[in-house]
Amino acid sequence: MKTDFFAKKRRQSLLILFVLVLVCYGSIILTDYDVAKGFTSFPMAIDWGLSNFYPTEASLAKLPEILAELLQTVLVSIAAATVAAVCAMLFAIFGSSITKVNNFMSTISRGIATLFRNIDVAAWAMILLFSFGQSALTGYFALFFVSFGFLTRAFIETIDEVGSGSVEALTATGASYFTVVFQSVIPSSLPQMISWVLFMVETNIRSATLVGILTGTGIGFLFDLYYKSLNYNVASLIVITIVGAILLIEYISNYVRRVIL
Amino acid sequence: MKTLLEVKNVSKQYGTDTVALSDVNFSVKEGEFVSVIGPSGAGKSTLLRCINRMIEASNGEIIFDNVNVQGLRKKELRRLRTKIGMIFQHYNLVMRMSVIENVLHGLLGYKSTFSGVLGLYSEEEKKKALQVLTILGLQEQVYKRCDQLSGGQKQRVGIARALIQNPKMLLCDEPIASLDPNASKIIMDYLKKISSSMGITVLVNLHQVDVALKYSDRIIGVSKGKIVYDGSPKKISEEEINTIYGSEAGELMIEVGGK
Ligand SMILES: Nc1ncnc2c1ncn2[C@@H]1O[C@H](COP(=O)(O)OP(=O)(O)OP(=O)(O)O)[C@@H](O)[C@H]1O
Ligand SMILES: [Mg+2]
Repeated sequence: MKTDFFAKKRRQSLLILFVLVLVCYGSIILTDYDVAKGFTSFPMAIDWGLSNFYPTEASLAKLPEILAELLQTVLVSIAAATVAAVCAMLFAIFGSSITKVNNFMSTISRGIATLFRNIDVAAWAMILLFSFGQSALTGYFALFFVSFGFLTRAFIETIDEVGSGSVEALTATGASYFTVVFQSVIPSSLPQMISWVLFMVETNIRSATLVGILTGTGIGFLFDLYYKSLNYNVASLIVITIVGAILLIEYISNYVRRVIL
Repeated sequence: MKTLLEVKNVSKQYGTDTVALSDVNFSVKEGEFVSVIGPSGAGKSTLLRCINRMIEASNGEIIFDNVNVQGLRKKELRRLRTKIGMIFQHYNLVMRMSVIENVLHGLLGYKSTFSGVLGLYSEEEKKKALQVLTILGLQEQVYKRCDQLSGGQKQRVGIARALIQNPKMLLCDEPIASLDPNASKIIMDYLKKISSSMGITVLVNLHQVDVALKYSDRIIGVSKGKIVYDGSPKKISEEEINTIYGSEAGELMIEVGGK
């Protein structure tokens, strides 16, 4: 019996591996992808990058302009994540099975969150372009909607994870619904929630570049502008500042996480 | 002595086919120490939670302190719950908060939503919390975070939170199931002391029959949602315990009579 059990598990693993290889091979055939060429073009790309894509002294003159745009982008990302967090908190409290008021509200909250989360940030940007045109507001709302959907989901899981124990205990003392939420649910899940918000800020700064290209604002637009006008030196400088900003934000949020958790 | 709690013809059904309680009847006098014993899934937790309506009974009547519990509206239910302290197997504390904050949570039932949400407590209430903690031997732990305490200490914080409510009755759902024998004894001794010195009625679910026999004034045996024994721990026979647990003679490791 026992040996049979392990043999069966091994057969299953082999089957999964086989299916994976098949899918991989199938997609190579279907897309006419030349594996050898794919690898050999790597050095060429690097070669092009090294000979064109680097900042020069002339491009450094643009640095103040770049930094101003970068700052705006970072601030928009932070604003979108934090405002989304406040809304997400409300929806998560109504959505979580532990703190829900009733099943109807819970399903509605979860449904709205799922809808917002599953529409990509680029798609949101395109949709919102119609309403707000090419302005920073479009980018802000695109980031806000995606952050809201994601954070609601993350917060619901956080609340479910910290458990129903203290909620039950406080309800049994006769505490009212909002008292229970503020004295038990929020204190237990706040550090984890802050950690999610920091993660969202990082993600937003990354997506903000793309959203900027689409909506013609912020650092993304600046990059697009110089890149299309073949000014690769300035474009490369912009990429470097973005990477720098992301690393800095990541460092700060890791520090905050260490302190609160 | 006065009757504090009366449970009449109470039934509870989950969904369409799980009958957790069927036609349960018993009453508890003021200051009594009553243990509910019975096998897993017998309906002990359900029974306890029907009393303060953490679970709604399907049928029957529950009278607590001359009030019909079933008929209460939201506000009145909150007032009822302040008079009933509850203690849990897994302590159910807010682990990230300090000991004293957790004890003060016991007062939230008396507060308006406004001061409850903000956690506003008077100096007097804080003093009271310190007093209760001293009674339970936790004076050294007052400002520690609850996740730094041992299991036995956590359960004592749970008891302190219930006591500060100034309750007439304590409902304890397996208070010692996660504790070692030593800590178990400390907790049971505190519960006994609370019952005898403060006159608070204690209704406790237990898995340890020997503990139930040693501490209780009365034993209620539950099996498959029905009460199959209700009487003194001194008179209970090995046979009766076997009926409660649906086991054969000599299967259980319990000594009955005196010990
Ligand atoms: N929320 C629920 N939904 C459906 N059925 C439930 C629910 N809670 C309990 N039950 C069922 O009701 C019956 C009684 O459960 P209960 O928890 O009261 O038993 P118990 O005596 O406390 O058991 P244990 O000693 O294991 O804690 C069990 O058959 C259980 O499966
Ligand atoms: Mg139980």
